[in-house]
Amino acid sequence: MSAKFVVGYDGSEASRRALDFAVGRVKLQGGTVVLVHVLEWSPYSFLSASELEERHKRRREELERAEKALISPVLEKIRVEGIEAESAIRYGHIAETICKIAEEMAAVQIVIGRNGHTQLGSRIFGSVAGHLAQAAPVPCTIVP
Amino acid sequence: MTHKSFSAAFAAVVALMLSAMSAQAQTVDETVNRVFADSTGWFVNFIFASIPGTSIAWIVVWLVVAATVFTIYFGFIQFRVVGHSLALVSGKYSDPNDAGEVSHFQALATALSGTVGLGNIAGVAVAVSIGGAGATFWMILAGLLGMASKFTECTLGVKYRNEYPDGRVSGGPMYYLTKGFAERGLPGGKFLAVLFSIFCVLGALGGGNMFQANQAHQQLSGVFGEYPGWITGVVFAVVVFAVIVGGIKSIARVTEKVVPFMGVLYVGTALVIILMNFDMVGAAFGQIFNGAFTGNGIVGGMIGALIQGFRRAAFSNEAGVGSAAIAHSAVRTKEPITEGFVSLLEPFIDTVVICTMTALVIIISGQLLTDPETGLYIINEAGQVTTATGATGVGLTSAAFESAFSWFPYLLVIAVVLFAFSTMLSWSYYGLKAWTYMFGEGQTQELTFKVIFCIFIVIGAAASLGPVIDFSDAAIFAMAVVNIAGLYFLMPIVKRELDSYLSRLKSGEIKRFK
Repeated sequence: MSAKFVVGYDGSEASRRALDFAVGRVKLQGGTVVLVHVLEWSPYSFLSASELEERHKRRREELERAEKALISPVLEKIRVEGIEAESAIRYGHIAETICKIAEEMAAVQIVIGRNGHTQLGSRIFGSVAGHLAQAAPVPCTIVP
Repeated sequence: MTHKSFSAAFAAVVALMLSAMSAQAQTVDETVNRVFADSTGWFVNFIFASIPGTSIAWIVVWLVVAATVFTIYFGFIQFRVVGHSLALVSGKYSDPNDAGEVSHFQALATALSGTVGLGNIAGVAVAVSIGGAGATFWMILAGLLGMASKFTECTLGVKYRNEYPDGRVSGGPMYYLTKGFAERGLPGGKFLAVLFSIFCVLGALGGGNMFQANQAHQQLSGVFGEYPGWITGVVFAVVVFAVIVGGIKSIARVTEKVVPFMGVLYVGTALVIILMNFDMVGAAFGQIFNGAFTGNGIVGGMIGALIQGFRRAAFSNEAGVGSAAIAHSAVRTKEPITEGFVSLLEPFIDTVVICTMTALVIIISGQLLTDPETGLYIINEAGQVTTATGATGVGLTSAAFESAFSWFPYLLVIAVVLFAFSTMLSWSYYGLKAWTYMFGEGQTQELTFKVIFCIFIVIGAAASLGPVIDFSDAAIFAMAVVNIAGLYFLMPIVKRELDSYLSRLKSGEIKRFK
């Protein structure tokens, strides 16, 4: 079994840096890049009746879009470079879900990019990097 | 003409115009009221007709009997599974792979936002001002029994929902009446479904719309001074139109965020008032129990209190009415019965908790006047209990809260407007589902209903409380007549689901994920 590097990927500049870092690691020491995209979701949020009706349809569309527009092109690109890669798209709390996937896949490392929020911003909204640094089940690299 | 006399004349003309306008406006309200009362009277009279030889409305007996039958048939389900219901709501049995789908919590929250509202604030005030404090006892009992009705209908709502190829899910009595009856080989399912849809449209226009607009206007004019009701109606209609036709989701989204907050604030304030007067709570419950069996001098005695209690409870928590089955049916679950378990919390939260709080505040604050010598209520010429400020409906609740916190009416105005608005949005959806069930899905059909819905907001705000509340009740109860008739035939299906699920839960086949 090859060593798995879980990369939190949302298409942002920061997440691309994280991906480059992970790809670099894999090139050096071998292993698999696992692209993880988490769609922010809480089962305790409030939806209107018509939103409930369409939720199943919307979810399917959201997953499809994430797969097609975000994950597939990147997977292809790094596979061309001869790097083993897989992906996971999930719903949930971003940091918690990344931790869970890392555990399930017995990953060796989590790699994420840092968005560079202001201190106040991350105090109010919480930062994924901060949460992972505290709760990650495996070593976690935060790429600046 | 001097400058001075000119301005005086001008002022006189303006004053004359204003008074003419307001007189005109008054007649708009009066005309709406008369036409509305005349055209709906027969329907109201039919629904509230007494059983021959008694003074008991047959509809109340119908509701009480149904809730009791379901309670006994399912072995007091509402008391047996509450722990499991809470575990389901908190997501302990939800498959993590279904994240992103409608959760039990979301289905419950949406259904609750359709029921918690003016029924809890204004409806309770109506109940105690006609039925005295004793009506509260019957309301609580109706709430507890109603949990079983809600359980039955919401289980069926999920079991027989429609799942369209494009992934949309919709359900409700119209679907379980047709599919469930067909499955059992019974005739008449389609007929009941159409009948239900007709009443559901009327219920959406009545309780889900006119009553809301009416009480919102009463509270607005109570705080900011009298002005014609149709003005409130037009403003409401424009905003509702913007959301349901214009698709301006941001308005709906803001309401959804604020409504739960207002609910918490309302219950919180009620709790504070109750705690501040903790020494009087015992006496208040004494009045409730005593009044429940004696009536304490209200018109109709114990039966009068009972009828008011059950009427307002059914109007508030909608158990047996079938509306909640529409909201609950979109949940993601493999076991329809789980949504039944979750839905039975609804009448408890709505009626047993929130309605009781409103009633306690009204009673504690001494709004219901009693004769110091006999201890009986002072009844006015309208047959209602005389209140300290002479107010009824939402005005009575407002006065009761105001006696503890003078700023409360302003908060209540915001709460009432938002509750009214969110209930209207929920019911516009329920009504639309029934409408498209009858007339088919399509842009034109949907727009027709939505326009009618908005027109009724104006009528509701302009008409006076009496005819509006009678029509609203009549329409909602007509839904219950059809829905409950169907539930009697379909309850063995629910029983089978229940037994199967409980045995699998016991054997550990139903897995807990957290």
